[in-house]
Amino acid sequence: MTNPTLVIRGGLIVGPLESFLGDVLIADGRIVEVGPSVTAPSGALEIDAAGCWVGPGFVDLHTHLREPGKESAETIETGAFAAALGGYSAVVAMPNTEPALDSVAMVGYVLERGKLAAVDVAVAGAITIGRQGEQMAPIAKFAALGVRLFTDDGNGVQDAGLMRRALTYAQPLRVTLAQHCEDESLAQGGSMHEGASSSKLGLIGRPAIAEELMVMRDIELVRLTGCSMHFLHLSTERSIALVLEARAQGLPVTCEVAPHHFTLDETACETFDPEFKVHPPLRTAADVAALRAALRAGVIDAVATDHAPHTPESKDMAFDEAPPGMLGLEQAAGLTLEALGGAEADPQVFFSVLSRGPARVAQMREQDVRVGHSAHGGAVSVGEDANLVVFDPKAPYVVDRDKLASRARNTPYHGRTIHGRARATIVRGRLVQLEGNLQ
Amino acid sequence: MIDSIAGGNLVSLATLSQRAIVEVLDTAESFVEVNSRAVKKVPALKGKVIASLFFEESTRTRLSFETAAKRLSADVLSLAVASSSVKKGESLRDTINTIDALGIDAVVMRHSSSGAPVQVSRYVPHVRVINAGDGQHQHPTQGLLDAFTVRQVLAARAGTSGRESGSELFAGLNVLIVGDIRHSRVARSDIEVYTRLGAHVTVAAPGTLLPPDIAQWPVTVATDFDEALATADVVGLLRLQKERGSGAFVPSLGEFTSTFGLTSRRAELLRPETIIMHPGPMNRGVEIDSQVADSSAAVIEQQVRNGVPVRMAVLYLTTAGTTLESGSND
Ligand SMILES: [Zn+2]
Repeated sequence: MTNPTLVIRGGLIVGPLESFLGDVLIADGRIVEVGPSVTAPSGALEIDAAGCWVGPGFVDLHTHLREPGKESAETIETGAFAAALGGYSAVVAMPNTEPALDSVAMVGYVLERGKLAAVDVAVAGAITIGRQGEQMAPIAKFAALGVRLFTDDGNGVQDAGLMRRALTYAQPLRVTLAQHCEDESLAQGGSMHEGASSSKLGLIGRPAIAEELMVMRDIELVRLTGCSMHFLHLSTERSIALVLEARAQGLPVTCEVAPHHFTLDETACETFDPEFKVHPPLRTAADVAALRAALRAGVIDAVATDHAPHTPESKDMAFDEAPPGMLGLEQAAGLTLEALGGAEADPQVFFSVLSRGPARVAQMREQDVRVGHSAHGGAVSVGEDANLVVFDPKAPYVVDRDKLASRARNTPYHGRTIHGRARATIVRGRLVQLEGNLQ
Repeated sequence: MIDSIAGGNLVSLATLSQRAIVEVLDTAESFVEVNSRAVKKVPALKGKVIASLFFEESTRTRLSFETAAKRLSADVLSLAVASSSVKKGESLRDTINTIDALGIDAVVMRHSSSGAPVQVSRYVPHVRVINAGDGQHQHPTQGLLDAFTVRQVLAARAGTSGRESGSELFAGLNVLIVGDIRHSRVARSDIEVYTRLGAHVTVAAPGTLLPPDIAQWPVTVATDFDEALATADVVGLLRLQKERGSGAFVPSLGEFTSTFGLTSRRAELLRPETIIMHPGPMNRGVEIDSQVADSSAAVIEQQVRNGVPVRMAVLYLTTAGTTLESGSND
């Protein structure tokens, strides 16, 4: 089946070097013409992009697709639908499935299933077997399959000696290890940020120092081993400062922030609503402000969702018993835009943190036939793979947890009005989503 | 701040104004008289159904609440969930919905997780929720009965009634709370109630048993425990969970006792009029010596006795006016 020719009309075409009003013509999975006004062949599907930004489809570095093992919360198919609605053309599936993605068979399973999904699905492999932090997973075999990111996410690798060896082993393979930074000797048993709110609520805290100590430790291990490292969902002002300092020293480190960490603060937990429980936890208002400032300054490599679906029954447990995590894919871009200043935001920064930056971290700027994904986060120019989003920076909408594409409904944003939404998502030249409707 | 718990829930003392607290204390005072009658029963909650839902077992608190409910003529559904469905991983929402289906007006609940009663109040908004202790969060009726007991003792000394004195007797009162403040729901409720009534609260504990943000609390941290004892009008001791003494928070129970226990030797530092309190159950020989617990300065039994009228007041105020509506869940 060949896809119809598409033409995107009258949008602001964003960069990476300049932005200009124009049209984009797409055929056979690629961009075939870009200009102030292109002539479309008859039968071409027209997408009105007036008032919209047209740029590379978003790339999520941090998606929990739950398959295999927890299909009652999400599947690769439904998670990819949520991604498409959010404006994503690619996601990186996290390995904390059941069983974990710690074997060639499991990685192959997700990659194969991913090929049928609405968006491109890349895989992050586990660093250790069963994500137990004891024994290295077959990192070289995964690398040969095209896996570029490795993490035990959900857990950080607690043992410094093992982490050092994993970095040393991974370094010549030109892959990146990604860390969920929380030292469990400090965070264990905690269910929210340690601070004024946790103290008042009588909930055990996960202190900022638990995250920052592991960031410090890993920066030093990167200095020692030379392996490149990506810091997942940094949530405190100090963590960001540490990574920026390391980067300024020339160390191969990158970092991401998650929308909930720059949108919500610890006081959200005062309702005892487990929808606000997440690891690392929602931090202080000062941390939220610092993350937003860093985003606007353009020093953050990526916004990543940490999209973490959970069944309703698991979120109907007591706060300290409920699992951590919240949905993110469908709201992330709108929340990112709000943090960057709304419709007045710099669209270059917007596409940098949502597409070009994460595509660089995941090494998805080039097509990779082994893992079956096309090129993401590129320029909107002739010859590029047509992975694009048409984003309306003004469209207001109210989040309704009962109308999400995700199989789960654990959004912390239910009832919130968000400005900015993907009007259309194009993956490999195919229109997968238009005005909130999956195609 | 809420000015009255009438028709509402009681999950925390953090949101109650002084007026709301005094209303409970005054109402409780009128129920003290009922408890001294030959027929200890009033028809105030006749026809109401109150579920007593203890996810964490506490015979003393459960009996106190159930006695209070029965003296108000309510029907009591006593459910020992600690050992049943919850262990099989049933969600909080399913458990409460099942009990709600039996037709209840109020639920008295104890849970080992902080905030569980707040969640339940969202799941069944048409049911009144009374927190009988949740995790390390709040134990509102304990805070109220502690304040009630202090007011009762001070009013008797002043030759007046508690009701006439309102909150006056708390002005400038030095209350010292000792022990595991960090993990204690009783401490959190006591600090709310005493400070709202105008008392000055000092806390004394090893650093590891203080919350990390104690500097932001409306209390003074004692730098010298012995000195703090000498100036205290009320000393409230807290139960030290035995597992805290296993080395993680304090090196040993013995070390805790020697530094922060109210030993007979230390009790000599107290002025004769100082009131000694303990929410029970006591670890005799750990946070308090037996001789001190049994001394005339200790009002520990009076606290237990006052639990019934205070809980009668709470049940009456929250539940008397309610009618069973078919409210939507959540
Ligand atoms: Zn994580």
